[in-house]
This record gives sequence, C-alpha cells and structure tokens, in this order.
Amino acid sequence: MEETQSKFMQKSSKRKIEQFGRTISFICIAFIVLIVLSILYFVISKGVSTFTTDGVSVIDFLFGDIWRPGEVGENGEPLVGALPMILGSFFVTLLSALLATPFSIAAAIYMVEISPKAGKKILQPVIELLVGIPSVVYGFIGLTVVVPFIRSIFGGTGFGILSATIVLFVMILPTVTSMAVDALKSVPRHYREASLAMGGTRWQTIYKVVLRAATPGLLTAVVFGMARAFGEALAVQMVIGNAAMVPTDLITPASTLTSILTMSMGNTVMGTLENNVLWSLATILLVMALFFNILTRWIGKKGAMK
Amino acid sequence: MKFKKFRALLVVMASLVLTACGEVVDEESITAVGSSALQPLVEAAGEQYSAENLGKFINVQGGGSGTGLSQIAAGAVDIGNSDIFAEESDGIDASKLVDHRVAVVGITPIVTPGTGVTNVTLEELQGIFTGEITNWKELGGKDLPITVLNRSSGSGTRATFEKWVLEEGMKSIVSQEQESSGTVRQIVANTPGTISYVAFSYVNDDVEALSINGIEPTNENVNSNDWIIWSYEHMYTNGEPTGLTKDFMDYMLSDEIQDNLIGALGYIPIKDMEVERDAEGNTSPVEDPE
Repeated sequence: MEETQSKFMQKSSKRKIEQFGRTISFICIAFIVLIVLSILYFVISKGVSTFTTDGVSVIDFLFGDIWRPGEVGENGEPLVGALPMILGSFFVTLLSALLATPFSIAAAIYMVEISPKAGKKILQPVIELLVGIPSVVYGFIGLTVVVPFIRSIFGGTGFGILSATIVLFVMILPTVTSMAVDALKSVPRHYREASLAMGGTRWQTIYKVVLRAATPGLLTAVVFGMARAFGEALAVQMVIGNAAMVPTDLITPASTLTSILTMSMGNTVMGTLENNVLWSLATILLVMALFFNILTRWIGKKGAMK
Repeated sequence: MKFKKFRALLVVMASLVLTACGEVVDEESITAVGSSALQPLVEAAGEQYSAENLGKFINVQGGGSGTGLSQIAAGAVDIGNSDIFAEESDGIDASKLVDHRVAVVGITPIVTPGTGVTNVTLEELQGIFTGEITNWKELGGKDLPITVLNRSSGSGTRATFEKWVLEEGMKSIVSQEQESSGTVRQIVANTPGTISYVAFSYVNDDVEALSINGIEPTNENVNSNDWIIWSYEHMYTNGEPTGLTKDFMDYMLSDEIQDNLIGALGYIPIKDMEVERDAEGNTSPVEDPE
C-alpha cells in the first residue's frame, strides 16, 4: 500500500525531464533578458555621462548644429550638436521607406494574390538572396555604381542623402517585402471568397478587402524596414559622405548617427567627452530602436480590422 | 535513448576540446591593439616572429589609436599601437607609458588626376583645408570646384596632417569624412577635383600626390625633415616591457625588421631619420647617425 502510494506521490521520470527542460529554457530566457538589460544600462549610463560628467546641456546636444567634438565654441561649451546626424538619419530612413513601400507591397501582392507560383519559384529566392548579401557589399556597390551615377546626373560629388536612400532602398526592400507577403498570406481565405461571391473583381478584392485586412501587418513591415534603415551603418557610411552638416539638399554630403559612430569610435579615448558623446549618439539609436519596437506592437493592436 | 546519444556526443566533444589544449607546451601570447595604420606592420612582424619562435603568438588588433592608448593605459593589453604621442591625447596618463618608436610614416596630400595642379605652397594647402580656396583655377589649374575629403576626426593621419599643415587657431572646414585610407584613396581616384591625404604607402597611380613648396613627398625628404608631414608609429607598453613583450619589441627594432619588412610595407625605418621629434613637435638632429 505504502509502496504504491509513494509511487504515485513521486514524480515520474517523464515529469522530471519536463521540469528539467523547463528550467533550461527559463535559464536561457533569463540570460537573454539579463543581456538586454545590461546593454541598456551600459549604453544609457555611458550616454548620460555627457550630460552629467561633462556638463553638456541636453538641448545643446539635441539641437546644436555644429559637431566638432574636442573643440569648444565661443561660449566655452563643447561643440557637440547632434542635430546634423539626427536629421540625416531620419531623412534617409523616411525616404528609403517611402521609396521601398510601394515596390514591396506591389511585389507582395504579385506573390500572394496574382501569381503565387512565379512568386514562390522566382521572386522568393531572389528576395532571400537580397537578404543574404552583406551590407559591406551593398556599400561597395553604392560607392562604385550609385555615387558616380548620381554625380553624372546631378553634379557635385555624388555623395549624400540621395545615394544613401537608394542603397538603403535596396537593402530594406527584401525585409519589407517578405513581411508584407506574410501579412497578405495571413488574411483569411474566406474574406476573399466572400468578396468574390458578392461580385467583386480581383482588383476590388485586393484593394478593398485584402489590403485593408492586412494593413496592420503591412505597416509593421514598413516600420521594420525603417528600423533596419535607421540602424544600418556600414553601407550608409560608404555613400553618404559623412559630413556633419545639417542637410540642405539631397545631393550634398551629410551624415547619420551610425556613420559618425562607426567612424569615430576607435579614435577616441574611453572616458573623455569625445567618447561619451558617441555613447550619447548610441543612446539615441537605442531609444529609436525601442520606439520602432513599441510602434509595431501598437500598430498590431490598434489597427486590427474589427 | 535519445538522451544517451546526446550524452555520448557531449563526451566526445569534451574530449576533443581537452585534447586540443593538452598537446602544445609552453604556449605564450601577447596582444597588441590600436592604430590601423600600424596594424599591417605589426601583424606581419608578429607572424614572422611566431614562425621563428614556436609557441609564441602575437595577437594584433586594430581599433584606432585612441583605443590603443586607452587600452594600454588601462593595462588591458600588452602593447598599445598609436600614430600620435600619448602626451597629445586627452585623458591618457602618459607618465606610466613607455614609448617605442618602430617606424615613421610620411603623409602626403593626394588629388584626383587632372586638376592641373601638382605643386602647392603650404599657404595654399592651408587655404584649401580651411575652405578659403574653393576652386582649382585659383591655383592655376582647371575650373573645377575643390572637394575636401578628411579622415574622421581623431584619426592619427588627420591629427598629423592638421598638426603640420594648419597653423594654431586655424579650423578645417566641415567636410566629407571617411574612416579608412583605402576608402579615401578610392574616392579621391574617382571623384574629380577631390583632395585628401594618405600615408605614402597608399599612393598609387590612381591618385596624384602633391608637392608642397616644390618638395616631393619621398622617403628621403622625410628623412631630412624637408617634408614635414610625418609621424612616428608608436608601440606603447605600460612600464618597461618584460618577457615576451620585451622580446617582441626588440625584434621589432632589430635589423631584420627595420631593413626588410618596414621598407617592403611602405614605412620608413626609424634609423634612417636624420632628425628627431618630441611630443611638442620640436625637431632636433639625431645625435649619432650611423
């Protein structure tokens, strides 16, 4: 009797394995969370020291338009205005997203609604290939093809926001397209059937039903593309010219947060203002990444068709 | 069943890892970090050194002069490579660091071929880099706007160039910047009217090196200090080097490296120099030339 009882009271071996697996997964997740939190803490604490240790005012940093770290202005304040980079980052991000969105959605519609066969056989592999190309290759092509092309059309040096936009457009195109494809695919089949049954043409079905139902997914795709464009460093750095000036047009050299960051990091000494202010730029990037993240979640919640 | 297989696999993997460690005896390694201009030389010398001394490894990493100086000052590495004197860098306590000058690098302005200008005066060069001269025709060349391309601020090459070209109080114009000498050369080669500057070793047929005041950028002119835009390549140690670090520093300064490798890689051997400079930029003749 007791033997039987204890047998039932004890954990079975299957249960033990299950618990073991659960513990391991929990440890892994806790580890990831820990890493994310420590990165956040590290970057932000470093970035804030520009304002606390070196006494730069936040306003001067965010809205100052002269970037000469290591030099002081006439009023004795360090010249660390990040506005040129912030504007540069936003311009290339928005412009490349604007350019990529119609192409991506059109490609996705073709792949899902119009010709799924060709989409799967030809377009899908091509897009996957584009994802796999390293960013330095995009940058190099940009430097040797796009920049001279822009130069021959518009004059100037060819370096600038326009070149960066074109390179980024190609880079985010696959991301946005594949996510847009997923969004369109997740529209339930009966929506389409209902529309067709009521006499809607294919175009009407796509335009009024499928795209509408997939709107949150499509917006998420675009925001993801923007996040990628915002964070891209290497390729942009090679074609934008990296001049820390507030951009006045699309074909003069400009700079982005990432391009200045990667260019200057190795040349500064830890703990100096020149170094701290780069961490402040990194903090802006991090905050923007969080913002994009929250935005996609918000879109997913708010935009669902009721 | 699956678990057993998994465990067996683990055992095999662990034994592989362990045997990999067990065989080499007397293994020793040091790490040198910093200047990307000096990196190719230290890498090549390190490989030669490892080939001659089995089991001794020299790990060489880039990261820039600032990284090299801050890492060596913090004691995180064995050697910190830098294009600039530690004294010139803010936030570095140079008193503990021991300077080993292993080579000299000459830096020359380069332009896109076809500007019609091959010689400038120092004043004209200042004018270009401060933004006062904006067209090549002002210098007797073609009617072509001048595009200034700088290295990123804080780069050793830029610091050296601006130190010897610009005078006290002059500010370079805000211009395009690039991170590496290779990219600079490529952009200068392809963008009409562009001017920038690189180490001698980066000059090739795609770009045109400018003479300054009629003096050509050659190793001989650097040796005699007629060409003033040059800098030492420093390898800093934290305190006097010992053990493998000392052996390797001796090796870097040995005739084997100074006579062969340094010239082959486009650097200038330290012993050819007829003058010496200190951190403030004061020049004095070398006291006992060979």
